[in-house]
Amino acid sequence: MKPNRSLIGFLLSILGLITLAPIAAAQETAPPADDEPELVEFDTAKVRRIAVPALVAPNPADTAAGNSSTLGRQIAEVISANLRNSGLFEPQGPAGIRPITIEEVTAPQYDYWKGRNVEQLVEGFVRVGGDGNLTVGCYLYDVNFGQELTRMGFVVPPREWRRAAHKCADAIYSKLTGELPFFDSRIAYIAETGPKGKRVKRLAIMDSDGANHRFITNGQSTALTPRFSPNYKSILYLSYQDGNPRIYVYDIDSGRQRLITASANPTFAPRWSPDGQTILYSMAVAGNTDIYKISVNGGAPVKLTSAPGIDVGGSFSPDGRQIVFESDRGGSQQIYVMNADGSNQRRISHGGGRYATPEWSPRGDLIAYTRIAGDFRVGVMRPDGSGERLLTDSWQDEAPTWAPNGRVIQFFRTERNTGKTSVWQVDLTGRNERKLPTPVDGSDPAWGPVLP
Amino acid sequence: MTNKARTFALLLVASTTLAACGKKEVENVPPVADNTTYGNTGDTVTPSGNAIIPGSQEDFLQSVGSMGDRIFFDTDRFNIDTADQATLQTQAQWLARYPNARVTVEGHADERGTRDYNLALGERRANAAKNYLASLGVDASRIQTVSYGKERPQALGSNEEAWAQNRRAVTVVIR
Repeated sequence: MKPNRSLIGFLLSILGLITLAPIAAAQETAPPADDEPELVEFDTAKVRRIAVPALVAPNPADTAAGNSSTLGRQIAEVISANLRNSGLFEPQGPAGIRPITIEEVTAPQYDYWKGRNVEQLVEGFVRVGGDGNLTVGCYLYDVNFGQELTRMGFVVPPREWRRAAHKCADAIYSKLTGELPFFDSRIAYIAETGPKGKRVKRLAIMDSDGANHRFITNGQSTALTPRFSPNYKSILYLSYQDGNPRIYVYDIDSGRQRLITASANPTFAPRWSPDGQTILYSMAVAGNTDIYKISVNGGAPVKLTSAPGIDVGGSFSPDGRQIVFESDRGGSQQIYVMNADGSNQRRISHGGGRYATPEWSPRGDLIAYTRIAGDFRVGVMRPDGSGERLLTDSWQDEAPTWAPNGRVIQFFRTERNTGKTSVWQVDLTGRNERKLPTPVDGSDPAWGPVLP
Repeated sequence: MTNKARTFALLLVASTTLAACGKKEVENVPPVADNTTYGNTGDTVTPSGNAIIPGSQEDFLQSVGSMGDRIFFDTDRFNIDTADQATLQTQAQWLARYPNARVTVEGHADERGTRDYNLALGERRANAAKNYLASLGVDASRIQTVSYGKERPQALGSNEEAWAQNRRAVTVVIR
């Protein structure tokens, strides 16, 4: 069996940029019974022990991103880190476990890995093609049952090697948890520096694990509350560029930006509809804030709320038919749901305290929010307001954003007194919480969908 | 002078909103520098008698007095109370004296609110001050508003006293 040959036959080329398409369909092998996608809620008691040896580079060659044999180890490191950071896996390797041979990739030594006390095994290879692109093959095995569970292959330019690693990790995560993938996705957020009284706030973007970080704005004017468009081509955000808070849509390729609507009034809290065709925003007129929507192509805005008081924020349900938003019309910040045309506005939060920044899960089953009752905590509830659960417990946790699979949430945490901020991640159990590595302080994370 | 205090003083220089702020010290807020710290900018009120242009921000600050450029709010509130009315009346008198002067009212919130809501709240507070000034006869077209939400705290602590200082609407003369 020559896996690299058989996989090469499936190469796809899209746009000449990233050719990240599966090159072998997952084998339709029925997984063992205990690996059925039965996870309704994450169960941290069931942490999977999985081995991730370095991917083999059968004919090591230099690439623009380093030697392919080094890349094989780095890809395994990213897979391992992704799985570990999800909280659902206890990976071994690539450090501290023996390297594998190219023959083992398709004929794993199950008995050896049983002796390492692992349940699953990830093996793969990296090959440099004649065009300089990498072909990355990735195989998942069940060690106890001696069975292949899935295989995936990707062709990527060397500089995009992390995406191949994320796709492999996504395939493994999905196969073993029954959940949708989320690692191969990106985050827009606000990078913060400087003292509390004079914070510099810059728009920045990064991969979901913090890699490939890039600053977009230079910090001369305060930037806040970014949102990646569903196709990752543009970012909505607030800027004080002209001295007033205004929403701009920034085009990533051209670096140009434009106001979403011409108005002398402040606009803020921008959001995309799931199809990327509609922009939701808040605008204050004579001190009274309401929620509006406008086509991404411009045109006349539609006013959705009219209650006296602050109606702000908002987040579409995944089918685009409803909007969850925040309003203090009843005296304090609470969460309301309305139809996308503004009709049938009703309050859904009733737990006491104030509720803010509602975000509808991409799965549709939950709404994440900031609960203000003394401290600020991130929680989730069902769209009818039932099943409220707090996931974090700190002095000030704020502004949840959903992973594309609706099972993980990022938010930002503010430190008392210093005002220092950091981006954090937590899963729906509330137990797997970790800080994201950002080069400087970070706030207002906004998670985009899984990359195509 | 501590580093913290120096930073605070520099902030005062950088800001056009505040020149003399000697009263209402609260805990956790660094002591406000004396005038010599920032008098060399020429932009601030100094007792040494730098020429103050009538109708300017410096003139306004000297006229309305320490903290006379701002009013304060309770948590989540935006009503103008009796103390605020007195402050705004003093501001309105100055504005009546200089009918060509235009101002921006900057609305702020404390850090114990979510970002979007605080932007809306700051705007509401700035408008409350604007509306009261207008009710005193100041032409509304002379008054702009801007909300900074929780982005520009004045007092840097995380306690009730600091938050009370930060829930404010500050009137600034446009140059």
